[in-house]
Amino acid sequence: MLRFIEKCGQRFSIFLAYFILFLITVSAHADETALKKVSFIPHWAPQAQFAGYYVAYEKEIYRKYGIDLTIIEGGPDRLASDYLREGKADFATSWLSTAIQKKAHGVSLVNIAQMVQRSALMLVARKSSGIQKPEDMNGKKVGLWDADYQLQPRALFRKYNLNVCVVPQSFSVNLFLRGGVDIATVMWYNEYHTIINSGLNPDEITSFFFHDYGLNFPEDGIYTMEDTLIKEPELCCAFVNASLEGWKYTFDHPAEALDIMMRYAAQAHLPSNRIHQKWMLERMKDLILPGNSYMPMGMLLPSDYDRVARTLKECGLIDTVPDFAAFYRKCGGQ
Amino acid sequence: MKNRGIAFKLIVLILSCTVFIFAGIFGYNYQYSRRMIERNAEENARSLTTTTVNRIETILKSIEKIPENMTYFLENTSYNKRELINLIHSVVKNNQEIYGSTVSFEPYTFDKKSLYFAPYFYKSQGKVKFAYLGGEMYRYFYMDWYQIPKELNSPVWSEPYYDVGGGNIIMCTYSMPFCKTVSGKREFTGIATADISLEWLREIVASIKIARTGYGFLISKNGMIVTHPEKNLIMNETLFSIAEARNDIHLRETGREMIRGKSGFVLISDFVSGKKCWLLYAPLPSSGWSLGVVFPRDELMADVISLNRTVSCLGIAGIAALFGVIVVIAHSIARPVRVLAKATQDIAKGNLDVEIPVIKSRDEVGYLADSFISMKSALKQYIKDLTDTTAAKERIESELKIAHDIQMSILPKIFPPFPNRTEFDIYAVIEPAKEVGGDFYDFFLIEDNLYFVIGDVSGKGVPASLFMAVTKTLIKAKTTKGMLPDEILRRVNKDLCDGNEASMFVTIFCGLLNTQTGEVYYSNGGHNIPYLLHSHGAVELLPNTGGMALGVMEDVAYQSNKIILKTNDCLFLYTDGVTEAIDVHEEQFTDLRLKEMLQKSQTFSPAEIIPEIVNDVKRFSSGVPQADDITVLALQYFGSA
Repeated sequence: MLRFIEKCGQRFSIFLAYFILFLITVSAHADETALKKVSFIPHWAPQAQFAGYYVAYEKEIYRKYGIDLTIIEGGPDRLASDYLREGKADFATSWLSTAIQKKAHGVSLVNIAQMVQRSALMLVARKSSGIQKPEDMNGKKVGLWDADYQLQPRALFRKYNLNVCVVPQSFSVNLFLRGGVDIATVMWYNEYHTIINSGLNPDEITSFFFHDYGLNFPEDGIYTMEDTLIKEPELCCAFVNASLEGWKYTFDHPAEALDIMMRYAAQAHLPSNRIHQKWMLERMKDLILPGNSYMPMGMLLPSDYDRVARTLKECGLIDTVPDFAAFYRKCGGQ
Repeated sequence: MKNRGIAFKLIVLILSCTVFIFAGIFGYNYQYSRRMIERNAEENARSLTTTTVNRIETILKSIEKIPENMTYFLENTSYNKRELINLIHSVVKNNQEIYGSTVSFEPYTFDKKSLYFAPYFYKSQGKVKFAYLGGEMYRYFYMDWYQIPKELNSPVWSEPYYDVGGGNIIMCTYSMPFCKTVSGKREFTGIATADISLEWLREIVASIKIARTGYGFLISKNGMIVTHPEKNLIMNETLFSIAEARNDIHLRETGREMIRGKSGFVLISDFVSGKKCWLLYAPLPSSGWSLGVVFPRDELMADVISLNRTVSCLGIAGIAALFGVIVVIAHSIARPVRVLAKATQDIAKGNLDVEIPVIKSRDEVGYLADSFISMKSALKQYIKDLTDTTAAKERIESELKIAHDIQMSILPKIFPPFPNRTEFDIYAVIEPAKEVGGDFYDFFLIEDNLYFVIGDVSGKGVPASLFMAVTKTLIKAKTTKGMLPDEILRRVNKDLCDGNEASMFVTIFCGLLNTQTGEVYYSNGGHNIPYLLHSHGAVELLPNTGGMALGVMEDVAYQSNKIILKTNDCLFLYTDGVTEAIDVHEEQFTDLRLKEMLQKSQTFSPAEIIPEIVNDVKRFSSGVPQADDITVLALQYFGSA
């Protein structure tokens, strides 16, 4: 509990650190011309989910593309979409479903690259609780995260006409592990592995992947504000291309990428371990480059967009589906 | 091995036995001491674990009491906001080990207007501070410390967490749900908590020391490492993530047993060093955590291993010393034996003058050497005697040979003996036995009278041959013109009996053929009766005259018989060497067989029938050396011309 209270002070110190870093960078590269200062905020704390960006930064790939980047540490108390909207960051990552809602509600953001093609969001249940298929969830306690994390589970419940008891779930899986809920929402690359590494064997768990039920939602994408895109389209493309290169480098050099991410996680005082980050990185590769797809990295397919937007509309979260062309701009050499 | 010397065999056998016995004792000793030490270590670890678990449990239980008392107060008394805040404040202030405490309420439960109501006192930099928890950014309803006890409706120890602000202290919260009775129904109202630092826990666990580097560690219900000497693992790794990173399925299974609240004693590879370690684990029942005590197997064994090293060195040194002693002993036995063996080899080759080494030791080898010396001189003497004897024997044998030759030379050997006499044909053969025997035959003409004799002297050897020579000479000497055979035998007997000190005797058949008439006078002195082979084919014995052998008694009278031979009749004379010839089965030739042979014979020509009979006897005996001479004489009468 103390953590929350003390974090306010820590936030200031991190800002101070970035400011000093910024000053050092500025002075060090004062003679270098044409390096555009740009800031970027991933939508969660440093972890392998964002390895591509951190690796591109560490390997100076952004510099190669003429970008002097500052990465702002994301997290539960620092919403990336707010930072983007308020101009505190030039680029941000966001879930597709979140971004569509923002767009529909008048935030003029633009998707310039769709990184994660597959839903990492999934439901898990203990086999011992007798849950083998969606129908078995009827009448069970389901731990759900709030907001956009509920879209797919609720769509699934509608699809199978399930009456479940929803329990709000925090970002720990302890409620599930202690038996407080029968079914939990997890990210495949994160909490799923946490469960495995809390002593539950994969064969003791029933996994529900949404893409198996026709409810695949692409997740992480790179966003910027329309103004930025209009003003500096080259910069946006440079950022996308550098990020894609960063991801490619990451997948080619997983051990090095892990070293980098472990360092950032440690700096952010996040409890983590290398094997967990390794799992996350491997899953990110599965999600960004799904095995059965020949799609180039970073594409957003209209069909995926339609599915997500339609679901949002069905849920009453948006009134109108934003125009795909206005939402997504294919950028750079994708 | 078979062809090796005694020394080698002794060394190899004794040493291998010794090494085998030593290795057996050594191995048993190692196994036994190892088991004993491991058992002791297990017991030690078990008692240490039990003590530590009890220490921790005592503290945790005492902390559990605080929220329990708070909830008792909340459920059973009515209170206002000030009293509630004072309660929490006093709890934090008066309990050293408590870092923070809150009583958090369900939405709109305490205060109908506010969603959140959670007064929180906490210690920071030595002071007790206050804050209200809850807000858009901290929706405590969904925090583990609130939600889990609420959903489970039972008190819960939270997973340990890092208190970032408090200086990297591991914290843990004990949360207890409390209810309010509304119209007889208990309704969940909120959670009372106590936050504690786990630093004391780390100290307790760190005080566990086993062997040199043995240590204790604590894992939470999720397998999270709460305390461990390796600081990097704490709160970063679970036992399962370590198992995954090390690809150690066994460790994962052990971890699952631990978080299930089981106890056990297993062999694992240490998470950090990878060394084989014993792990003893036991649950902390109140929190569901698990305490593990790890100690490297080889460290336990360090003393045993060093003892074993010393014992091995001593053993090897002992075996080496034993080797030396055995070599000396083996050689002290084997050397004289070898020298003796060499000497006897020379003796075997015939060198009896070889010097037998003097062996001073008075043991078996010494006696053996003495025996060799006496054997050598005895052999020498024996060989000398043997040489002399052999020389004497050779001389005698050569003399005997001469005697035999002489004996044979006095018998008529030229056939036909009287080529100008056509009235008869005579033929005789003597097949001498190995030894010089006493058979003889003779024939001579005095005018128209053919005297013919066959005899057999008793005994063998030179005396027999001399006696035979005397007899033969006497017969010839005593015979005068017309003298009948009985008279010849009587006279010869008389002379033989004179001075017959050796008590020898001779059987003689003597006959006289009148070549003109075919009359045959004969007298027998104890000899085999000859056969008369009639020209018409019948074979019969001559009638016996019944005289006894010559040289036995002086005044013995002999009878003569007379038969008349017809033309081509034949007389067949033989000695007992024929009928008593033996075959390989020691069966005798017998009179019967002789008679049958004679009957079967197609011819009575002496020169033919004699080889026929002799060959038959040889065939019968098939090379068996015969004891007696085989002598046959045949006389065929053709009639006067």
